[in-house]
Order: sequence, then C-alpha cells, then structure tokens
Amino acid sequence: MDMEASKKKLGLKERYNHLTRGLDWETSYQPMEKVYPYTRYEGIKIHDWDKWEDPFRLTMDAYWKYQGEKEKKLYAIIDAFAQNNGHLGVSDARYINTLKLFIQGVSPLEYMAHRGFAHVGRQFDGASARVACQMQSVDELRHAQTQMHTVSNYNKYYNGMHNWRHWHDRVWYLSVPKSFFDDAMSAGPFEYVVAISFAFEYVLTNLLFVPFMSGAAYNGDMGTVTFGFSAQSDESRHMTLGLEIIKFILEQDPANVPIVQRWMDKWFWRGYKVLTLVSMMMDYMLPKKVMSWKEAWEIYGEQNGGALFNDLARYGIRKPKGWEQATIEKDHLSHQAWATFYNYGAAALFHTWTPTEQDKDWLSEKYPASFDKLYRPRFEHWEEQAKQGKRFYNTTLPMLCTTCQIPMLFTEPTDPTKICYRESDYKEEKYHFCSDHCKEIFDHEPEKYVQSWLPVHQIYQGNCFNPGVDPTAPDFDPLRAVLDFYKMNFGRDNFDFEGSEDQKNFAQWHGEGA
Amino acid sequence: MATAAIGDYAFEPKDTLDKFHGNQLLYIGWEDHLMFCAPLAFPFPPAMPFKAILEQVLPGAYGAHPEFAKVDWSKAEWFKSGKPWRPDYEKSIGENGLKHKDVIRFRSPGLTGIKGTCS
Repeated sequence: MDMEASKKKLGLKERYNHLTRGLDWETSYQPMEKVYPYTRYEGIKIHDWDKWEDPFRLTMDAYWKYQGEKEKKLYAIIDAFAQNNGHLGVSDARYINTLKLFIQGVSPLEYMAHRGFAHVGRQFDGASARVACQMQSVDELRHAQTQMHTVSNYNKYYNGMHNWRHWHDRVWYLSVPKSFFDDAMSAGPFEYVVAISFAFEYVLTNLLFVPFMSGAAYNGDMGTVTFGFSAQSDESRHMTLGLEIIKFILEQDPANVPIVQRWMDKWFWRGYKVLTLVSMMMDYMLPKKVMSWKEAWEIYGEQNGGALFNDLARYGIRKPKGWEQATIEKDHLSHQAWATFYNYGAAALFHTWTPTEQDKDWLSEKYPASFDKLYRPRFEHWEEQAKQGKRFYNTTLPMLCTTCQIPMLFTEPTDPTKICYRESDYKEEKYHFCSDHCKEIFDHEPEKYVQSWLPVHQIYQGNCFNPGVDPTAPDFDPLRAVLDFYKMNFGRDNFDFEGSEDQKNFAQWHGEGA
Repeated sequence: MATAAIGDYAFEPKDTLDKFHGNQLLYIGWEDHLMFCAPLAFPFPPAMPFKAILEQVLPGAYGAHPEFAKVDWSKAEWFKSGKPWRPDYEKSIGENGLKHKDVIRFRSPGLTGIKGTCS
C-alpha cells in the first residue's frame, strides 16, 4: 500500500483553525442575517470576519488546562490563608473596607461581564470572535467566583460583605457601577465590546484592577493578591483582545470610524466616572498607600493612554473627549468622592473616617495644589466636630446625575469651589447632569436614559421600602425604612470606623483590648 | 438622536410628576458651602409656602454648618437653572413658577464656608 501517512500532530495554527473557524458553517435553511440578527443595526460594517485574528490562538482544551492549574494553586493558598487567620495579617482594620467596596461594586461587574460576553459570544457572525468572547465569558465567571471565595474568608469576621448581590441592585452608590454595566449590556454587540473590551479592559483596567491588587499587597492581604495573580494572565488576554477588536472594526470600513469614536468618547467617560470610587480607595481607604490617584492617572492615563491614542491616530481616532477634563480633575476627584461618602456614611455599607495626621501630610505632599487649600480645612472641621461627639452626617438625599448616577459632587473644570450643574429638557421633562460629557451622552440617546433607575428618585417614589411597610404610619422613618430594604445591619455595617465593631474586634484579636 | 435598536425604541420616563404621590421634586444647592457634597433633592407639595423651605426644611438639612445660623434670607441671592431668580417667600412653590425637577441655589453674601474655603 502506498497511502501517505498523515502527520501525527497538527501545528498550533492549524489546530486553532480547526477548533474555531473549522467548526463554523454557512446556514442554508435560514439566511445568515437571521441567525445573527444583532450585528447590523448599529451601523458597523464588517466585510470579512476571517480578518479577525485571535493573538493568543487559544483553544478550549488548552484553556481548561491552564485555568485548572491556576485554580489548584489559588485554592491551596486560600485554604492556607483561612487556616492561618490570614485576615489578621492586614495592615489595619480600615483596609478591609476596600474589600467591601470591591465585593459590592466590582465582583458583580465580573459576573455581568460573564453574561455580556456569553451574549456577544453567540451573536458575532465570525467564529473566531465568538470563541474569543466565549472564553472571556468563562474567565469573567471564574473571576467573580474566585473573588467571592477569597472575600468570604473576611465575611466570617467583618461586617459589610454579607449581602453584596442584593445590594448591587438596590443601594444608592452601587447604582453607579450597576448602571454602567447595564448600559453596556443593553447596547448592541459592537458597542458592548468597544465599551468593555476596549474602553474598560484596555484603557482603564490599570486604574481599577491594579490599584486594588497592589493595595492588597502593600497592606498584607495575601488572599486578594493571590486571586489578583490568578486573574492577571486572563486580564492581559482581555486587554489584547480589546485592542484587536478595535483594530479589526476600524480596518473593516471607514464608515466605522465615527461610530467607534463616539463610543470611545462615551465609554471612556462612563468608565472614568466609575473610577471615582477607585480614586478615593487609593487616597483615603488604604492605610498603607501605593500611589496617589493623581500619580496613577499620570502614569496609566496620561502616559500609557496617550501613547495608545497616538497609535490609533492612523485610523483617524483621537483621544476621548473627556480626557482633558479627567486630567484637570486629578487634583480633586478623590477628595470630593471621599467627602461624599463621609457625608452619607450612615447609608453606606462600609465605614468612613477622617484622614489621620499621617494621611493628611501624605495628601498635602501628593496634592500640593489642592489639599491644604480646599480639603484639609473641611476634614479638620469634621474631625473637630467628631471629637465633640457631633460626627457630621448629611441626612438629606442628594441630587444625582441622570447619566452616571453619581451625586452631583463634581465641581466646574475651571473652578473647584463651584458645583458643575448641567441640564437638558426632553419631551417636557427636565434632566440633570454632573458634566458636559454626561449631558452629551444623554442628549445623544435620551430615550435610553429617561429610564435611569435613580436611587434617590426611587426612594421618593416609595419603591425602596419592604413590602408591608406603611409610609403613612405616624412613627414612620423613611431613611431607616430604606436601609431595612437594603438589608443593612444598621449600626454594624454603616457609620464611622471609629467605634465600629470591625475596629473593636480587630484590636481585640490582636490582644489590644477593647 | 434615536437609540440604535432592532425595533421601536421609546419608553416612559421613569420620574414623571405623577409618580411622586402629590409631590414635585425640587433640588436645592447652597453656594460656597461644599461641606454638603452635592445639592439636595426634596419632594415637596406644590402648595407648600416657599418660606416653609427656609424655616422648616433647610435648618434640618443645613443646620450642621456653623454658618447656617448666620444666613440672612432677606439678602440671599437666588439662581434657578444657574440664572438669577427671585422667589417670593410668601407665595407657594407652585406660585413661584417652580416645576418638577427644577434646580435652585442660593448664595449667602459674606459667608464663604469653613475658613473661607467654600467648604
């Protein structure tokens, strides 16, 4: 017999092609546009899906193998952490509040990203794009899960972590990350990947994920550092995918450029607004600071992001519109954000505090243009009041921005002593915004944002009380009723760090007495 | 512009007046006093006298500020949607022409916040 012996092993590229594009087929009973109905209405034109290159050429079998190895290592460390009371090794009990913010605000987004990528992983016409999105979908589910498992070791000992999934859909400040992702999920598949893969994973991830993980490392939290490491190789893959997606879309048709540019303007700004929470975490919540928000913005925003947009200039893409404003605001963002949580500390599911002497000196040094002039006097006044037993709490609900849903706390780009007010009239209703960019996002798609579930308005409409609560009862306390609806453990999850159960327990477990 | 969608895309606004049980929303900001991090949101009946805001509502909302007691309402400067505006304290919120979700702010001349920092 002279049959040619087949090669025993396929090369990486062949194998990848067989396991992605090779599994795809053209439908015959139904036209392709009915099978993939969502990839045309956004106006993006794709002529050749085969131009999509997955830079990693990862196949499912290789994927399971890699992830399985990482899981084994991660869970071995988490077990050791639990057995050795690793939670006592952190710098200070104040640090644990950053984990509360993370599990309440970030982990639910990982889960939403899992859902979002599962959706686009079904909808894209191209097989390689679908496979890449499906793997990212599994990654995101894994991240949500490993974060829950790591943080659950803290939940055994500290308040503010017991009901994060319930909170994510209800609590006022969590509507900021929630609405960000809901906005992306309810867009078409191309806008979704530009929003999440590019604007968030590529442009902004170094300002979100990295500060939390390096904050954990500086503050002795080995559990969190380990899940950070376990997710890091996935994150690099997501970043590369984000850039690949953008280049693919831009190269397919010149008509795609203005659409993508508008999405970049929108999603840079929406992502940046979510990062307000990270800025205050870095500057105010970490007992041992890594770097200031301002420094992080300068390195990861101005330098790295600047280089990226220079690179994209050849496609006719410019920096997102809000970029300059983010640069102007870097001296103010974290101070204004933390002051807001200090105001509403009775309704927050983590503790707040005034900065220590050492913290204040660090802030003066890092923010020579703004801290002593504008923010130190405010915090020192509050500190003084608290010493007299009159800890300040703002008891009236704030006005919110219709787009980003953040209280209207941001100041005019030209004057940090004036709140920035913007408004639009649409179909006889008035809508308010914190910035020109949030207003522009609304003005472009008002029908979308007239549906904003603004927590303050929902409370005043009576939609945030438990069933059976009678708002007409003489002893009715509306704010308390809202916190019950949140399932907050009143007096344990909220209020100042000073005097909190977390503070007392942490000291006691370190043998420092109550 | 219309939202790009696979079908008709039109929705009822979430915050129309009829959903607030007889109240209308009014947002109030105090200029130069950023110790209160953002303007405040209030649900008020349109028939409520404007002076009730000054006498009964704002003391509870802003009273924690050391300068609030020094506010002289006869000299306060008011703005509606950022433009100078003069309310009649004796008239109701509705009679003052305030509509649902209007935003007003006041400036108290001479008062510039904690240590003059607009806090």
